[in-house]
Amino acid sequence: MLTIPRAIHDDLIAHARADFPIEACGILGGTDGAASAIFRMANTDRSNEHFMMDPKEQFAVVKELRNRGLAMLAIYHSHPESPARPSEEDIRLALTPGVSYVIVSLAGAEPDVKSFRIAGGVVEPEPIEIVE
Amino acid sequence: MNLTVNGKPSTVDGKESVNVTELLVELKVPQAEYVTVELNGEVLEREAFDATVVREGDAVEFLYFMGGGNSTFPKGAK
Repeated sequence: MLTIPRAIHDDLIAHARADFPIEACGILGGTDGAASAIFRMANTDRSNEHFMMDPKEQFAVVKELRNRGLAMLAIYHSHPESPARPSEEDIRLALTPGVSYVIVSLAGAEPDVKSFRIAGGVVEPEPIEIVE
Repeated sequence: MNLTVNGKPSTVDGKESVNVTELLVELKVPQAEYVTVELNGEVLEREAFDATVVREGDAVEFLYFMGGGNSTFPKGAK
């Protein structure tokens, strides 16, 4: 279960829309499965089919999380024109252990936000609870 | 050799220095080929791992490549 405050859930969608048509990406921080911080990251690929984070930005966020006593809970990215499910590439590159992988799809009439746990090529959907 | 690794104290026994590639082995980092390393605040190019020496008191950060794509989906996926 990944718990996301409404404001962060809305910001995930806002980020995906703002970066459309390229893929948006970022990191959610928090504690015990409850997100409390969102970090919008640059997609250095600038692509509508791929994303890659800038290592310098990644290190800065990791240190910021540490300083705030938070853990990296999720890595998110958007699928501007495809469903909210991991692609083969998403699965292969889900390398960071112990985090959720959140995908924001803008392919349908309404945005779709889904979370997955991915390890060793195995994908398990993870419920998201949105809290006010 | 005492280091700070990802913000926590860490020790590499019996060595005064190692290169970055050796350090990742010492730390038993899985899938090290996908790891990005920062040494004392400087992000290292992968090509520099073998030639970059880590010494007593250094601060090392490592994290995994974060990326993906939506161009291909697993067979049978809905």
